[in-house]
Amino acid sequence: MNPQEHLYYYLAVSAALFMLGMVGVLIRRNAIIVFLCIELMLNAVNLSLVAFSSYLNDPTGTMLVFFVMCVAAAEAVVGLAIIIAMFRNRESVNISDINIFKW
Amino acid sequence: MVNEILFWLLAAFALLGGIGLITSRSPIYCVLYAIVSFFCLAGLFLTLGAEFLAVIQIIVYAGAIMVLFLFVIMLLNLSEEDMEARDMTTGRAFAYILGLVFLAELLYAFGSFPELGIAYTGPFTGKVEPLGEQLLTQYLFPFEMISVVLLAALMGAMAIAKKHKA
Amino acid sequence: MNNAVLSLIIILPFLGALTIGLLGFISKAFRAQEKLIGLMATLAVAIPFGILVSVFAGYHAGGGASGSVNFVLFDWMTTANLHLHFGYMLDELSLLMGLIVTGIGALIHIYSISYMHGDSGFYKYFLYLNLFIFSMLNLILGDNLIVTFLGWEGVGACSYFLIGFWFTDMEKAKAAQKAFVANRVGDFAFLVAIFLIFFNVGSLNYADILASSSVFASNGDLAFWVALLVFIAATGKSAQIPLYVWLPDAMAGPTPVSALIHAATMVTSGIFLISRLSGAVFIHAPEVLMVVGVVGALTALMAALIAITQNDIKKVLAYSTVSQLGFMFMALGAGAFSTAIFHVMTHAFFKACLFLGSGSVIHAMDHTHAVDDPQDIRTMGGLGRFMRSTALTFWISTIAIAGIPPLAGFFSKDEILAKNFAAGYMGGETVYFFVWGVGVLTALLTAFYMTRVTTLTFNGQPRFPLEGHHPHESPALMTIPLWILAILAVVGGFLGLPEIIQHGHLNWISHHWLANESGYPVHNVHHEHLSVAIEAILIALSVIIAASGMLLSYRLYSSRNIAGDERVKRVFGKLYPVMSGKFFVDEFYNVFLIRPFVAFSRFIIMPIDKYVVDGIVNGTAGTVNILGSAFKLFQTGIIKHYALLMIMGVMGFLAYLLF
Repeated sequence: MNPQEHLYYYLAVSAALFMLGMVGVLIRRNAIIVFLCIELMLNAVNLSLVAFSSYLNDPTGTMLVFFVMCVAAAEAVVGLAIIIAMFRNRESVNISDINIFKW
Repeated sequence: MVNEILFWLLAAFALLGGIGLITSRSPIYCVLYAIVSFFCLAGLFLTLGAEFLAVIQIIVYAGAIMVLFLFVIMLLNLSEEDMEARDMTTGRAFAYILGLVFLAELLYAFGSFPELGIAYTGPFTGKVEPLGEQLLTQYLFPFEMISVVLLAALMGAMAIAKKHKA
Repeated sequence: MNNAVLSLIIILPFLGALTIGLLGFISKAFRAQEKLIGLMATLAVAIPFGILVSVFAGYHAGGGASGSVNFVLFDWMTTANLHLHFGYMLDELSLLMGLIVTGIGALIHIYSISYMHGDSGFYKYFLYLNLFIFSMLNLILGDNLIVTFLGWEGVGACSYFLIGFWFTDMEKAKAAQKAFVANRVGDFAFLVAIFLIFFNVGSLNYADILASSSVFASNGDLAFWVALLVFIAATGKSAQIPLYVWLPDAMAGPTPVSALIHAATMVTSGIFLISRLSGAVFIHAPEVLMVVGVVGALTALMAALIAITQNDIKKVLAYSTVSQLGFMFMALGAGAFSTAIFHVMTHAFFKACLFLGSGSVIHAMDHTHAVDDPQDIRTMGGLGRFMRSTALTFWISTIAIAGIPPLAGFFSKDEILAKNFAAGYMGGETVYFFVWGVGVLTALLTAFYMTRVTTLTFNGQPRFPLEGHHPHESPALMTIPLWILAILAVVGGFLGLPEIIQHGHLNWISHHWLANESGYPVHNVHHEHLSVAIEAILIALSVIIAASGMLLSYRLYSSRNIAGDERVKRVFGKLYPVMSGKFFVDEFYNVFLIRPFVAFSRFIIMPIDKYVVDGIVNGTAGTVNILGSAFKLFQTGIIKHYALLMIMGVMGFLAYLLF
């Protein structure tokens, strides 16, 4: 494989994973799973960043991935806390039950 | 050649993990599939030369975050009723079609990348030492900021999740 | 002296205003600390005065642009062809003005501590006063037109705040508004003049403008218009026809404010500005100078005629100020810019003293609780026996303003008249004879009405009930500034000895300080010297005029008291009602400017405001309402739908980018 083809395949895998995460967000009703799917999307993006970073021999992409991971960790903690709080109030983690985003 | 085989193998398992994640009914299985996917991603990072990130991926994602997910799922002790049905409704079909269109768009976009004529300047070694040096020089301020973000998340999570007295 | 110390001149008054304002705003306890507030505010003015004195002591006059002491606070903006900075220039002119402003300002701050005692807005008063000093210093010390303009607007705003200081009284609030609007007319002309100068010179720095005075010398039309616009700006700030109407009403403010802003400093900024631009612009616009002189003369005469008929002690002083400002413009008109500045200085001394004295009187009259209006001279009389310091200083200043030698007013006023006579006699322009004649007549009237008000206030028998509280002398905090100003009013004139003594070589202001050669900031129009004989005759005439005016008035009013006005009425005949009606200028403006404007506004309201403006406003709200009810359908409250819409949006956007 030449480097360009190489890059293309990595990007393709990244796109496919992103698509899977996205579909997951749309079709799953369990809030925890939806959340996992978002993590998958983040990882897919990370893959494309690393691929570009490698292709261009530029550590900036890697740095960005590092920060994305940190933010993802923070997000997971807060998100799961919200899910716990939600479960405590409604005895459910089904996001179809949550329709209070309207006044 | 070995690298190529490794790539296809890891890519295939990563995608399989993803498919498992969005299709399996039990939340526990979902998490396990996700771990598979994230592991394979770590492998893909390795094939790209990003050693440091690969290690971080396993420790943070496959390790810490996934354990947190498992822990929450078990803590909530979801019953059988929370299992989701897998029947194909119109909504789901629409979501799948949407996903496929989106994938096609992305692939088309990536396919046009060679036309930009950006030259390959690799290979790349994401070893710990140069990255660490950069992190504490050029990226020192974001690095400090991200620690504040983590601290805020920590305290926020405690504030949100603790039991409020009625 | 280094930059940091010099910067204090500008920064301290601002800092004073800021701290007093903030502390007063947040802390009730601070507001009650009158002594502390007064001390802070006074120091914020007195320290800059000290710095200016030390700069003044070490200053060598005549060094030109390189001789001046410059300092820059910070750069403001830099573009390809405009470089603006908050730069300040201490040269002969700005030093003199700065000393007057900070020196008299400090005295008036001290006076105000006692005068404003117990007022609920005490801290606000000193906040405005410091802010005024800050703006005024920007106006006179700024080394470019923009800083001057900012100061110009700043003093206008402070004047507005202080005239309307007791804004719960509708009349006073209206007076403030009137002052503000009248000033705006002048400000607009100033702004246009700045644009014209920048367009033609390419710089706003005074040094650059002076260096490119050839631009104005070669282009008479340009010089004419710039000079005229600057003059219009000056008529607003310095209360000349046609914009003087605000100044008499400005007496609604506290009396020390009238002394500082509406007599000694702010109203002279128009004269300062014209002198500042004298070398570059005004000496190349002789037609405008004639207009300046004539307008000044007419203003002086008109205000003096009105002043004779007024019974409010502050109103008399206000019209007297307008009249004296007219004298300054007469000097400007004759091209004797340094003489105008000389009169600015002497006038600042005796008029500040007069206003502060009137404040002391009002204070005392108010204290008796016996009269309705503590400012009405008809109910005063005989106050001299109760308040000796006030009476003495008031009389000294009256003699000074009337022009009796060797007090300050004589020297400056005589020099103004002599310069105008010289411009007519040597320069050959008959119009200056007219200005001179009006000036002589006004000098007579000045002596008359000032003696009238002083006699009616302090001499004769009290015309207010003597039972109950007696009026008493004001505390030392008020009388000490009075005495300092009175002494200055006595000796201030020796800075400008007349030409008859050694051909003016002993005239410090015009000859050694501001002078009239290149290298000095002020450029006078040169005329041949008058012969010694003519000089002597002119001086004798001045003295006779002043003395006879005073004597006439004193004899009339000390024997008949207020009834002396009957004689004046008979002398002026049908003119008297016009004079006491202030020439009906306010009524004229009301009928011909304000009412048509209001009517026009009313006419505009119906079709344009109601249908076009309101239509746009209501239409915007209506459109948003309709769109909102349409988009409301998307707001299901279910997260998935939001996610779906977001993804579709991203896809659409991507598709747009790709195809």
